[in-house]
Amino acid sequence: MKKHLIAITALAATSFFAGMTAQAAEDRIHIVGSSTVYPFASYVAEEFGQTTNFNTPVIESTGSGGGMKLFCAGNGMDTPDITNSSRRIKDKELKLCNENGVEDITEIVIGFDGIAIAQSKTNKAVNFTRKQILLAVAAEVPNKAGTALIANPYKYWNEIDASLPHRPIIFYGPPTSSGTRDAFEDLVMKSLTKKMDVYTNLYKKDEKANKKYKKYKTIRTDGVYVPAGENDNLIVQKLLTNEDAFGIFGYSFLEENSDRVSAATVEGVTPAPAAISSGKYPVSRSLFFYIKNDHLKKVKGMSEYVKLFIDEKMIGDDGNLTEIGLIALPEKNRNEIRARFAKHTKLTLEDLKNK
Amino acid sequence: MNNHTPNKRLKRRYRFEKIFKSSAVLALSLAACFLIFFFYNIISTGYSAFEQAEILADVQYNEATVKNYNKAIDKPLRKVISRGVLRTIPLYMEAHPELMNTTRSEWLTADSEVDQYLKGQPNRLKAKEIQYIVQLQEEGKVRLAFNTNFFTNGDSKMPELAGIKSAVVGSIYVLLVTILVALPIGVMTAIYLEEFAPDNRGTQLIEVNINNLAAIPSILFGLLGLAIFINFFGVPRSSSLVGGLTLALMTLPVIIITTRASLRAVPGSIREAAYGLGASRWQTVSHHVLPLALPGILTGSIIGLAQAMGETAPLLIIGMMAYIPDTPTGFTEVATVLPAQIFTWAGESIRAYEERTAAAIMVLLAVLLSMNSLAVWLRKKFEVRW
Repeated sequence: MKKHLIAITALAATSFFAGMTAQAAEDRIHIVGSSTVYPFASYVAEEFGQTTNFNTPVIESTGSGGGMKLFCAGNGMDTPDITNSSRRIKDKELKLCNENGVEDITEIVIGFDGIAIAQSKTNKAVNFTRKQILLAVAAEVPNKAGTALIANPYKYWNEIDASLPHRPIIFYGPPTSSGTRDAFEDLVMKSLTKKMDVYTNLYKKDEKANKKYKKYKTIRTDGVYVPAGENDNLIVQKLLTNEDAFGIFGYSFLEENSDRVSAATVEGVTPAPAAISSGKYPVSRSLFFYIKNDHLKKVKGMSEYVKLFIDEKMIGDDGNLTEIGLIALPEKNRNEIRARFAKHTKLTLEDLKNK
Repeated sequence: MNNHTPNKRLKRRYRFEKIFKSSAVLALSLAACFLIFFFYNIISTGYSAFEQAEILADVQYNEATVKNYNKAIDKPLRKVISRGVLRTIPLYMEAHPELMNTTRSEWLTADSEVDQYLKGQPNRLKAKEIQYIVQLQEEGKVRLAFNTNFFTNGDSKMPELAGIKSAVVGSIYVLLVTILVALPIGVMTAIYLEEFAPDNRGTQLIEVNINNLAAIPSILFGLLGLAIFINFFGVPRSSSLVGGLTLALMTLPVIIITTRASLRAVPGSIREAAYGLGASRWQTVSHHVLPLALPGILTGSIIGLAQAMGETAPLLIIGMMAYIPDTPTGFTEVATVLPAQIFTWAGESIRAYEERTAAAIMVLLAVLLSMNSLAVWLRKKFEVRW
């Protein structure tokens, strides 16, 4: 009797869970990925849910890297349909995707995001070169003669350059899991260090052991750069209480808090939509999302969602997304993106090589 | 000399007592200060979220509106009324064809910038728009009304429309699953361990493990939930079912421990009396011990559930910390919970979310407070003194 009872319960439990899986109908788009793209994607998702009869897509903010991992885990219907990313997909991520059967992916660029180096508005305006920022945040910097690398000794800005104020160097920025951090490292650090002999000579001397010096991007961990979590509001709060500090975050937060924080100019350029879109402001990046083409036919409303996202009324010059901080692509690129989606152009490893 | 010594000692003892007492009082008042500061901070930022600006407008329902929802109201009003309200008009008209070719005067939700302006908060209205609002105010066409959106809507990217409904319903579903799974399993486990199990190496090992589980960081239960329920059993990600099951895992040790404690508090004489009258072990437990221990079990369970209700970390791993504005209608549908909603709002760049975050915290605190008071009340009401 007892045995029967156990067997029946086990059977009931299994069929219950089995029923669950079968029932997971594809009437809702599942999106994961970058916390920088999240505000824009969820804005479009809401518009989509409110103005059509489709369900509102679910959007998880997992960070760019976390999103890619989930997206590339498989091609089944229980994996995400779309992943957002604040940087381009990496070679190894695309390889992982292909290995797991996710072969037909289309890449969509939605616009730009500028990374602001911001401070409390009580401070005087300040201008940095990228090199000055690099010297302030890198773990190892060239010595005064420029012949060898030493642990970063700089504690005050005027030690880096006499023209800068005598002000302690302190940064509140994103943690390693963040796409904003990746972009900051790429645009401010790697872009300079790959051309600086003092770093690259070390790499040439021993390519295996000194791999990190090829494009050096290690941020110092002696308390000068404080990883402040994924929540950019927190960084804004910190800037208000610590007026010496600089914060690193996306343009949309700068715009929304323009009454209390201001951005440092980088190489004389203020982070503003026109300067970011034209590429004049050096610390800016593109925002992406990636689509599983195999899911387009199986998930209700998926192509309608993508079409709405890349429509002029969303990512156009006066689109709704620019109101919440997205910086629009030039018109030519926008049309190119729409054509790309219409043709479901497949992303290949070749595409990633020739940027 | 000799008769001074006890006096001196007495004085010293009194002094120590005074110091001890005053440091205890200090600790208490410090805790009270923190609490007051916390409540003051939350309530003073959050209370204004319960009001929302509305504007009286003539809404035209006609063919042009179906094609372009902006045509529903006059042009200057389009800047100050929430676009989120206007965009739903075409679908609304589809559902209510009798509205076609009518014009109605309606109070519409204002844009969040207008709302923030009326509440004296920082906003990005231009001088011209402020002038227009002042003019509308003089005509009596602007008002701050009770914010029903906050309770009848789900999440939104437009602060004026953002509400907690989907999160509250999600929380209820999740909690239901947790109760249905954790309570029976927890209580039965505790009864077996306390009343039936032999005291040997095996049961001791189980006991140590249960106590240990109660102290494990909750995020680990999220990883466990991901591995077992989502990856192995294929329960849909982000659903209230997987959330409830995961939180049930987390609550189980708490329920087992409190249930065992309250079973142990039932005096042995009651069991012996039952045995003496010829009751079997099961009869003794179900007729006598369990009813007497019930108030304690309920109190412990409610406190365990309140803890589960306020939990976010494990839910992050199983995908419930997401943008989910639709209210769930079943256990397998995607859902979010109240603390997760608070977390996502706290990260929004738009400033108007600040007051809404605080208001959602107030709602969560109110729910937790009532759950805990229920626990105290139950204990007071059914408590038996031996």
